[in-house]
Amino acid sequence: MSAVLPHPADHGHDHAHDHPHGWRRWLYATNHKDIGTMYLLFSFAMFIFGGILALGIRAELFQPGLQIVNPHLFNQLTTMHGIIMVFGAIMPAFVGFANWMVPLQIGASDMAFARMNNFSFWLLIPAALMIVISFFMPGGAPAAGWTIYAPLTLQMGPSMDAAIFALHIMGASSIMGSINIIVTILNMRAPGMTLMKMPLFCWTWLITAYLLIAVMPVLAGAITMTLTDRHFGTSFFNPAGGGDPVMYQHIFWFFGHPEVYIMILPAFGIISAIVPAFARKRLFGYTSMVYATASIAILSFIVWAHHMFTTGMPVTGQLFFMYATMLIAVPTGVKIFNWVATMWRGSMTFETPMLFAVGFIFVFTIGGFTGLILAMAPIDIQLQDTYYVVAHFHYVLVAGSLFALFGGVYYWGPKWTGVMYDESRGKIHFWGSIIFFNVTFFPMHFLGLAGMPRRYADYPLQFTDFNVVASVGALGFGLMQVYFFLMVVLPMMRGRGAPAPQQPWEGAEGLEWEIPSPAPYHTFETPPRLNATATKVIGASATAAPHHA
Amino acid sequence: MKALRQTLSRWMLAGGAWCATALAFAAPPVNDLPGGPAVNQLDLHPPVTAIAAEQRWLHYFVLFICLVIFIGVFAVMFYSIFKHRKSRGAKAANFHESTTVEIIWTVIPFLIVIFMALPATKAVVAMKDTSASDITIKATGVQWKWGYDYLKGEGEGINFVSTLDVTHREMSDAGQPKGDDYLLRVDNPLIVPVNKKIRIITTASDVIHAWMVPAFGVKQDAIPGFVRDTWFRAEKTGDFYGQCAELCGKEHAYMPIHVKVLSAEQYTAWVDGEKKKLAAKADDPNKLWSLPELVARGEKVYNANCVQCHQASGKGGGPVKALDGSSVVQDADKTKALAVILKGTDKGMPSWAAMSDTEIAAVTTFTKNHWSNATGQVVQPTEVAAARK
Repeated sequence: MSAVLPHPADHGHDHAHDHPHGWRRWLYATNHKDIGTMYLLFSFAMFIFGGILALGIRAELFQPGLQIVNPHLFNQLTTMHGIIMVFGAIMPAFVGFANWMVPLQIGASDMAFARMNNFSFWLLIPAALMIVISFFMPGGAPAAGWTIYAPLTLQMGPSMDAAIFALHIMGASSIMGSINIIVTILNMRAPGMTLMKMPLFCWTWLITAYLLIAVMPVLAGAITMTLTDRHFGTSFFNPAGGGDPVMYQHIFWFFGHPEVYIMILPAFGIISAIVPAFARKRLFGYTSMVYATASIAILSFIVWAHHMFTTGMPVTGQLFFMYATMLIAVPTGVKIFNWVATMWRGSMTFETPMLFAVGFIFVFTIGGFTGLILAMAPIDIQLQDTYYVVAHFHYVLVAGSLFALFGGVYYWGPKWTGVMYDESRGKIHFWGSIIFFNVTFFPMHFLGLAGMPRRYADYPLQFTDFNVVASVGALGFGLMQVYFFLMVVLPMMRGRGAPAPQQPWEGAEGLEWEIPSPAPYHTFETPPRLNATATKVIGASATAAPHHA
Repeated sequence: MKALRQTLSRWMLAGGAWCATALAFAAPPVNDLPGGPAVNQLDLHPPVTAIAAEQRWLHYFVLFICLVIFIGVFAVMFYSIFKHRKSRGAKAANFHESTTVEIIWTVIPFLIVIFMALPATKAVVAMKDTSASDITIKATGVQWKWGYDYLKGEGEGINFVSTLDVTHREMSDAGQPKGDDYLLRVDNPLIVPVNKKIRIITTASDVIHAWMVPAFGVKQDAIPGFVRDTWFRAEKTGDFYGQCAELCGKEHAYMPIHVKVLSAEQYTAWVDGEKKKLAAKADDPNKLWSLPELVARGEKVYNANCVQCHQASGKGGGPVKALDGSSVVQDADKTKALAVILKGTDKGMPSWAAMSDTEIAAVTTFTKNHWSNATGQVVQPTEVAAARK
């Protein structure tokens, strides 16, 4: 450790005043704040692209019968919407948050491996390009669902190979990002910032990073076997050669289920920062929150086959995975209870970050309950692969991960940009998003209970009305996000708006509020001295921040 | 700002009016489909088997527990949101970290989960018990139709293919769907007797499909290269509908499942009729047919098997080759066309060797003498038999 630590500090002194400008600043970026910004902008671009695909889906489903796209293109839309939102939007957005906030929250000068950080971001660009271009390849984009189940993948055109390559690259990027986060958190905390004093966002990311390192190689294995089945005559999953298509599902979901928690644990971290800040009261159970996060992470490895109840597992298999899945409700409940207990007898105000946090808790819990219902194998037999599942995972991924990300942008955005967002615009964005979200996805529960299968380009007429409502809601939800970009993000990036004070939130605690807004280009170049709770800097070393970018 | 607000409200009014119009005019008239979905159905299908009833009860049971917890937790949260806000002068308390509380709210949910798991366990065990069935039927998923083979029990030996009604696929393409059983009507429904334990064995010949009938509480993936099973005992006669529930390619939405449950006597009568038809259908492979006879028979074969891809126009589309004007179809060497039908191509045409010699002779003759293909060639069953060698 001692061999690593002094190095970045020396470096910072050498180059503090002459970082590259213009395009070089971004292409050669090694600064965690610049890289964080790029991650966030990249993920927002992918979010909009994935959203346009979703609107294509909803436009086709607005009415029964085929009006806009043919079934083959429809399958491409659902597949690419899923892949892009998971790998292009949600995951990189959280990495962007980690880049910005982890060094600031633990009092480190930067990420541990600055150049690897640069590489892990820039790898995303060719991967994203390949995925977008796949729509224009012969046969169109992959159309086998985001889960790319064998043996349907064997029938796909060359775009399948492009997607596999892109997923490999994004996986490599994720693993590098994770290594960076783990090493930064374990090695670069300021003196006095013990692990159990660390902000929960860092804790959830530390655990998430381990999950990523554990499961991204599993995904890489599954898609590599798919690739060799397609081109090199192997038969891992190809039944025509004695392969086992169900084995693909086991391997995929061994990655896929921890992946679900990869996308929600950092969100828990953001919510755990916002709720105490606006309740002006300490988080009720810090320790149990850490343990609950770790329990969820560990349980996530032993529940994967609940995605496969209809493949025809033996009784014991179904029972084991049902029990294990239901167990996850316990640590998740602990988290919800802790947030509510934190609010209890606080002194609450409801600025936009808090609105998103409360909205998160409320709507995510609905998604949690439908998850519990789906965990019950006998009920899952009815609901598997219906719109109920679609409703469930959008409740946890949109109202969960995405709302937490929005909350985080409003909460830390003033620190990033030095500008306060317009509060009434933030509120419009929140109310518009949560109302349209529910208009879109709540009716899908009914569609699923009534047996409408997912990934259908056309449906029996009895399902029409709920599909109309969902499509109208989706359009509204999409427009709200355009509004968010134009009326909130752009003005902040351009510096339009009231200057943000160093500490814009009365009740917020943590080292990120010990530095000026916007955060100077270099922060904590020398390790700060911390108070007993590791939430404040003692002395003037950090706040002075002599040089500005 | 005021102008902006006015513009916004005008837009919202226009949007609202548009939605209302869409709701009022766009929805084609439709009624509940007994055994299939009801209009704007909010719940699981009315159960027709003990398993489906059990699932529905379990769902109510879990939903009720979830609702109670939901209301409890959010009553507390919203009470807190309204009472403990700064604008009402609330001062923040300073309590945190209580091991007792943490243990309580870990243990109680744990107990609730166990309470929920017990009845579910019973249901899982019952669902998986496929032993001692009266009739065993194999359901084979094929892109994009279901093949049914009666393997054991009354009706043994019967087999047929069940495909979505062609007119429904056309209505879908035209964007003009009509009918209460839109996308659910098939040419040959699966016929089973009431109150008998039916074991369904699923498999597939290309990709994974899933055989589902919500009213029976049954959903089982059909996996190529593997055999899985499920069962149901329908307690009511009538028609029951489901759809393929595992993404299986382009026409995934167009391979419904229709099960007709008959009384024991009706079922026996149906089996007798099918057996007679089977005997009659066994064409004499050495019979010499006339051109019009073969074309008439071939049109039926074409509409049952080929039209999904090659289209009624014979023009195909996308990767599917046109038959109309095709040099292979028109070639004087009949073995060329026969080779494609019997062996398939590596471009996606499957092998149709499972059809009888008569059927292949008929459909080949049909394609050689339909649309602009006026070859006048006749392909006899004996020629197909020769081409098989």
